[in-house]
Amino acid sequence: MAQTSRASRILGALALFSILVGLYFALIEAPPDAYQGDVQRIMYLHIPSILTAYLSFFIVFVGSCLFLWKREKRDDILAHSAAEIGVLFTGLTIVEGSIWGKPTWGVWWTWDARLTLTAILFLIFVSYLILRALIEDENRAAVCGAVLGIIGFLDIPLIHMSVYWWRTLHQPPSILRPDKAPWENIHPSMLIALSINLVAFILLFFYLLSQRIRLSETEEEVKTLKLDEAT
Amino acid sequence: MELVRQTVRLLWKDLLLEVRRRESLVSMFFFGAVVLFLFHFAFEMPRERTAEMAPGLLWLAFVFTGTLGLGQLFQAERENRCLEALLLSPVDRGALYLAKVLFNFLLMILVELVVFPLFGVLFNLDFWNLLPSLFLVAILGTIGFCVLGTLFSAMTLRARARELLLPLILFPLMIPVILATIRGMEIVLRTGAFEEALPWLRLLIGFDVIFLTAGFLIFEWVIES
Repeated sequence: MAQTSRASRILGALALFSILVGLYFALIEAPPDAYQGDVQRIMYLHIPSILTAYLSFFIVFVGSCLFLWKREKRDDILAHSAAEIGVLFTGLTIVEGSIWGKPTWGVWWTWDARLTLTAILFLIFVSYLILRALIEDENRAAVCGAVLGIIGFLDIPLIHMSVYWWRTLHQPPSILRPDKAPWENIHPSMLIALSINLVAFILLFFYLLSQRIRLSETEEEVKTLKLDEAT
Repeated sequence: MELVRQTVRLLWKDLLLEVRRRESLVSMFFFGAVVLFLFHFAFEMPRERTAEMAPGLLWLAFVFTGTLGLGQLFQAERENRCLEALLLSPVDRGALYLAKVLFNFLLMILVELVVFPLFGVLFNLDFWNLLPSLFLVAILGTIGFCVLGTLFSAMTLRARARELLLPLILFPLMIPVILATIRGMEIVLRTGAFEEALPWLRLLIGFDVIFLTAGFLIFEWVIES
């Protein structure tokens, strides 16, 4: 029966707990940035959001491939659920980035490569959700969604390349750099705050994913019950 | 070999239909011309700036025209359940895809052949000696547009609001093609040579190859489900 499973509830509690700890470290423990001051603290949410968004798009890709290969409903549910959460986190990333960009760069939005890439990802996965909503036949919606999930994923490196050649303004990654190990580029307490928040966001992601999958399964169940009743 | 034969047959069918009905090509051509007119009203430019804006305007006109064509691409198959009949016949689904890509490509190229010179005339742009090079960049971009466009045109066949849905899906995915073609044409117009545009051309070729392969492999699932 559809009931929140124990594992999911534990996951939810862990996510909530780690978000609180993460906020404590991000807002109180970590020192303000030497140049940007307190504004920089939004990065403790910004970076985990975008990494979680990437994770969800990767899961959409995996779920789509598995579905086209094996045609099992649960892989499609996985991809669809991950796409919804991916849209949520990409949206969050863009909003956080804007809030940070206004005091730092002086503008809410600029056509820099990474901003543009994130916005395009957002658009692609919004179109994925709209596509699924507009195709009535369920099986067809699942197949088309899977195809879009795969094509969208394959397109990411190309979009990445093209917008980078087109424009590069964003500050280069300051933590994951080829020349230095991550812990040499950042104050240890900043790295701790960032890591805790990353873990917190990933836990939150899996919690939302499990809830969203449960919702789809419940919908399926309702449909089967209705069919049984009709016959 | 069988694949080529089937593709040619299917392409021939579409070309014959087009010659007899003259639905897509004529409307696509006039639509392209109308878009150029609108652009001229929207951006009344001094002559020295025309060259800067030409690639973007031209290519956007092609993208809009092409989208119009994609909406009609499977029209013949939608009527009288022709699609079912086509799927019942023992043709390779890959041939079905290639034939549609080629057909759409031919339509767009024909439109471009007319719209390119028309642009030069309407906007007073003296680019006649660069026309072949510009056209080559546009061909690479058009292939990219057709390989993805055909796949998604088939995908949205039975969707609600398909005319809205198609560009909504297609345009974000098409950003590498749009950027690369416009930048490529712009470089050719500015320098008169290909050298600097090469990275963009390589990107276009990469896009064309990747998605032609992906479309060829995936089309079967899209058309049959």
